[in-house]
Amino acid sequence: MNAIENFGARTLDYVNEAGRMGLFLINTIINVFKPPYKIYPIIKQIHVIGSLSIFVIIFTGAFTGMVMSLQMYHTLSKYGSVSVLGSAVALSLIKELGPVLAALMVTGRAGSAMCAEIGVMRISEQIDALDCMAIDPHKYIVAPKFIAALISMPLLTALFDVVGIFGGYMVGVGLLGANEGSYFASMQADVEFSDIYMGVVKSLCFGLIIVTICSSKGYYVHLTKGGGFGAEGVSSVTTSAVVLSSVCILVFDYFITSVLL
Amino acid sequence: MKAKITGNPIVQLVDVHKSYGPHHILKGVNLDIMEGKTTVIVGGSGQGKSQVLKHVLGLTQPDRGKVLVNGQDINRIKKKDLKKIRTEFGVLFQNSALFDSMNVFDNVALPLRERTSHSEKEIRELVEEKLAMMDVSGSNDKFPAQISGGMKKRVGLARALVLNPKIVFFDEPTTGLDVKKSNEIYRVFYKTQTQLGYTAVIVSHDVPKIFKLADYVALLNNGIVQDCLTPEEFQLSNDPIIKQYVETAMGPLYSSEMEDEL
Ligand SMILES: Nc1ncnc2c1ncn2[C@@H]1O[C@H](COP(=O)(O)OP(=O)(O)OP(=O)(O)O)[C@@H](O)[C@H]1O
Ligand SMILES: [Mg+2]
Repeated sequence: MNAIENFGARTLDYVNEAGRMGLFLINTIINVFKPPYKIYPIIKQIHVIGSLSIFVIIFTGAFTGMVMSLQMYHTLSKYGSVSVLGSAVALSLIKELGPVLAALMVTGRAGSAMCAEIGVMRISEQIDALDCMAIDPHKYIVAPKFIAALISMPLLTALFDVVGIFGGYMVGVGLLGANEGSYFASMQADVEFSDIYMGVVKSLCFGLIIVTICSSKGYYVHLTKGGGFGAEGVSSVTTSAVVLSSVCILVFDYFITSVLL
Repeated sequence: MKAKITGNPIVQLVDVHKSYGPHHILKGVNLDIMEGKTTVIVGGSGQGKSQVLKHVLGLTQPDRGKVLVNGQDINRIKKKDLKKIRTEFGVLFQNSALFDSMNVFDNVALPLRERTSHSEKEIRELVEEKLAMMDVSGSNDKFPAQISGGMKKRVGLARALVLNPKIVFFDEPTTGLDVKKSNEIYRVFYKTQTQLGYTAVIVSHDVPKIFKLADYVALLNNGIVQDCLTPEEFQLSNDPIIKQYVETAMGPLYSSEMEDEL
């Protein structure tokens, strides 16, 4: 009986939390469109979410492109089609690896920070203080992060793709000796607008997932059951926000792909 | 005995109950806060004074009962209307609740920046004025982590008063301040209150000094408001619980002669 009760209670908690997140997202979107519009907080958040992630994106992008090129070169050379190496690397980066890996990196770097920051504001009553000053915390704290994430994610993804393609070029052409002309020519011939479109849609969706999950987990740290209080509570919701965001990114990746293909 | 409370209640708590798990914290709180008056809530630690404030601010919802501000039940009205009511509030939290990633100046300037269309120059003047009033000028660039607890309180007070609120809620404004500073706060409070005529709700342990400011004193004990009386009535009350509180807070030998020396 206890096991069933436990299961029921847990399920209810999850449903509750999912509902909270949904409402949180709706509330945030409403606040994004509410005046007053202030640019400076958004720029600041773009700096935090976007600019500060550039280094890690370049680094991971380069190595991803390099290893893709290495793997594909060996596979393709079995079939004598090394000439399409460029398009193979580019397509897998643009459609799949770029958005997903960039989103995972941003989750780890900016998502966790976002969650912890909002969580600390909650437990130290700073969010209550905002409420009492009639300043909507959704408008003041969450909306700028939301807009900044939606602007930053596609740009970071594009950066990841470009760096990855050049990383692939270095290994495929520079190291393994594939033909330089065909690396870019095949890319030009095979990459279509719909591929880019898919990458952009994915990156936007992932940006949305990251902000929604990470912000709402931090925002509702006081309502989280069994997570502990204070610093421990914040650390446990941060962990779970990163895990949940990563899982959701991969799950939604599948569904977005299946819809857009 | 019922007190001779007169005036227009701006905040009313009606039979407010609140439990956390098995703990029944508020067991039917009834309290009227009169417009333009200073109501002081006293009571032992952990009796739920901060909880009462949180219910009035709409930060916590009661399990049962109503909280009326200007006659409106704040848990039933639209979010927009609650926000409107809160524009008239000035709040000092027990832990000050300063924004710890902003410096002192920006903390106090935030309500002005977000809620008014003052220019940056006007904001600077208003903030400096309030900070000077609280005697914390010269720490503008320090962050909350770099100032003392007493300074945080005073910055919190400056922030609460910067928009000239109609109702102020101070949770232990002078706890952690030395006698001189706390007297200074009381003086500032008295001055601004007579100037601006706001309604004040103060939670305090500073008995009997706080009685000089109070129009009404409410004792919160064991989850209910024992009674809400004028300070004179409160000190002379025959209610055993109030009597015991007064004796414990002021010492059994307390008499009106000693009050004159204070
Ligand atoms: N979120 C919460 N969850 C569980 N119990 C709580 C919560 N908040 C407050 N309490 C309990 O409610 C009671 C009243 O707390 P409150 O902070 O209102 O006391 P207080 O009268 O302000 O005390 P103090 O003078 O020390 O500030 C305490 O016993 C506390 O344990
Ligand atoms: Mg308290």
